[in-house]
Amino acid sequence: MAGTSQPPPLVAPGPATQADGAGSGHGGVSRNRRVKRLTGVDRIVVVLMVAVPLLMVTVFVWLPAIATVALSFTSWNGIGDFSRIKWIGFKNYHDVVTIYPAFWPAVRHNIIWLFVLFLVATPAGIFLAVLIDKGLRGSRVYQSAIYMPVVLSLALIAFIWQLQFSADFGVLNTVLQGLHLTDHPIDFFGDPTYNLWAALAATCWRHIGYIMLLYLAGLKGVDPSLREAAQVDGASEVQTFFRIVFPVMRPINVIVFVITVIESLRAFDLVWVINKGRNGLELLSALVTSNVVGEASRIGFGSALATIMLVISLVFIVVYLITVFREEER
Amino acid sequence: MSRPKTEAEYLARLVPPSVAALSRRSVLRGGLGFGASAALLAACGGGTSSSASGGGGSSSAGGTVTFGSNASDAAPKEVFAKLMADATQKTGVQTKINTVNHENFQENINNYLQGGPDDLFTWFAGYRMRFFAGQNLVGDISDVWKNVQGYADAFKTASTGDDGKQYLIPGSYYPWAVFYRKSVWAKHGYEVPKTMDDLKTLAAQMQKDGLVPIAFADKQGWPAMGTFDILNLRINGYQYHVDLMAHKKPWTDPGVTKVFDTWRGLLPLHQPDPLGRQWEDAAQTLRTGKAGMMLMGLFITEQFKADEIADVDFFTFPAIDPSIGADALDAPIDGWMMSASPKNEAGAKKLLTYLGSAESQSFRAANDPTTLVANSKADVSKYTALQKKSAELVGASKNIAQFLDRDADPGFASTVMIPAIQSFLQKPNDVNGLVNSIESQAKTIYTT
Repeated sequence: MAGTSQPPPLVAPGPATQADGAGSGHGGVSRNRRVKRLTGVDRIVVVLMVAVPLLMVTVFVWLPAIATVALSFTSWNGIGDFSRIKWIGFKNYHDVVTIYPAFWPAVRHNIIWLFVLFLVATPAGIFLAVLIDKGLRGSRVYQSAIYMPVVLSLALIAFIWQLQFSADFGVLNTVLQGLHLTDHPIDFFGDPTYNLWAALAATCWRHIGYIMLLYLAGLKGVDPSLREAAQVDGASEVQTFFRIVFPVMRPINVIVFVITVIESLRAFDLVWVINKGRNGLELLSALVTSNVVGEASRIGFGSALATIMLVISLVFIVVYLITVFREEER
Repeated sequence: MSRPKTEAEYLARLVPPSVAALSRRSVLRGGLGFGASAALLAACGGGTSSSASGGGGSSSAGGTVTFGSNASDAAPKEVFAKLMADATQKTGVQTKINTVNHENFQENINNYLQGGPDDLFTWFAGYRMRFFAGQNLVGDISDVWKNVQGYADAFKTASTGDDGKQYLIPGSYYPWAVFYRKSVWAKHGYEVPKTMDDLKTLAAQMQKDGLVPIAFADKQGWPAMGTFDILNLRINGYQYHVDLMAHKKPWTDPGVTKVFDTWRGLLPLHQPDPLGRQWEDAAQTLRTGKAGMMLMGLFITEQFKADEIADVDFFTFPAIDPSIGADALDAPIDGWMMSASPKNEAGAKKLLTYLGSAESQSFRAANDPTTLVANSKADVSKYTALQKKSAELVGASKNIAQFLDRDADPGFASTVMIPAIQSFLQKPNDVNGLVNSIESQAKTIYTT
């Protein structure tokens, strides 16, 4: 680049040149042009653009994360200065896995959550995206209708589904009793044999729309000549999708995969609204909250739970990053 | 009138009292809880503080006191606003009320007290009070106690921290009892049960009559603690309750097992599927006559229409063990505390002294039909029949417990006992596994 005879002008040549002229001397000018371009305002801008995000990531992500890991080895009720923190080693972790009755159900529920989203909601979203991409009549209406739940907060979604599932006034129970499928109303949100699945139904309802929109955007970007070529070669619709379109969509697939994992790990608001993540709806995130927030203030114990969650998330994040970097190397 | 200290105070004086009162009410009705600007409260009472009885502290105390309130529901909020207006009028101390939704208030109390708390705030007696006193997060108000008269010893004890100093001025309390509708009972000819066997016979009869015997809900986690408490008090007695809550007795003790076993025997008489139901909905089944009775605090009357309250009656839970009797009950005390370093300490103490006085509590007794006032010298002639009976019940009780989540470590109550009781209601048969699990968790919480 330095060898180009006439470099394109800077975005704002006026001030930059002035800044150069007002600079400390001619030393900078005599060096090669690349360095000259980065002096003055540009340099400040570059430094700011690196420093500000770095500072924010450090302060808002890394420091809290490291503090959480550190606190997980302590016993502290969150009151008073740091001198009142007691170091107790791995005791919190030991207690979590041995005597905390909610922990293993929470792990199990998080895994179920992941599998249901992965095996049911995500494929359904992809399927709907493919259908809509076919350009059915009124596909825009379907598209908005399916995407609608994503706009709503999960707290609101919990309320909407309460109207479906309630034992006293829910639609579902009215229908079930009307068809004489059950004598007693089923307490879908209160009975731990049902409430996880009821919550998952509500989550899928939302997740499907999200995945659909992501995938639809990806499908629009697929070169139509690829499909035409496949059809000329005599491939069926299904073959075209699985052999041609799906592999081409690899970057979108990775994103969809990661989003599904993230959504299932951070699942929280819905169960919190339903019953604060107790009684059949234990999730790791809800356990962290109920131990750290509130009068309970078992900061160390809650941090140990949060650290466990962090480690699980890291596994997926590392897989994702490896994939992305490999992609870039190609 | 003293000179205004701040711009807001100065501006408040420019507002005529009639307008001020109107805007205060409309602010409250509009639900804008935060900063219901108390500067707009009638600002002309400054010179009349000498008439306030028991107006302790230095007579020059005045200015504005900020007050954090968890009285966020419509009815209690109105009562609180009336109380403060009355107090301002009598003491000349302006109040600035910060109302926070009561569940959020309780959940954020740690951060609230360590951040910039209001000068005064609403709180509860029991371990929940002693804990914060022990952490030096609340102010010692022993000198205020020297200036208030009319509290029974039980109330003073309940307001005293582990160091022997007082940290709370009791405002109100409410007993837990078994509530029913007189009209429903009269229709079926039911009579108040005197023993556990009577209760079971009565409940069986209610089932025959097509009623749910005992309305029950535990979605919020705390309502079933009331059932645990009363069974524990009837089976093992008050001292056992105190020791258990302080973890001086292990949860694996046979006494606890007996409580759960007795409860299991009563579960078929309770409304099924309690975990998906809020207590308000259970109260509605009682109100509409679908259920025969319900164990709840006196605040259950909030769920009834005004003209139905006269039809509500209650009885205390009958004795189970004749040697223990039925002379203890849960009657949690709500009150007011001062933060550790209030901005206006003199004003705060003056306000507390007035709020604890018989005069203020008489005013409350005439204005609040859902609780009982704590000061025994207060004029309670305006009590409803239900309030009078409640006061008699508590007065006749030898021992008064606060409530499981007020007598025990708050972390233990919320992270261990709520899930434990809920799992018991779901699987009532594995009591041994349950008490072992509670005990092993209690050990880690109470030692650290």
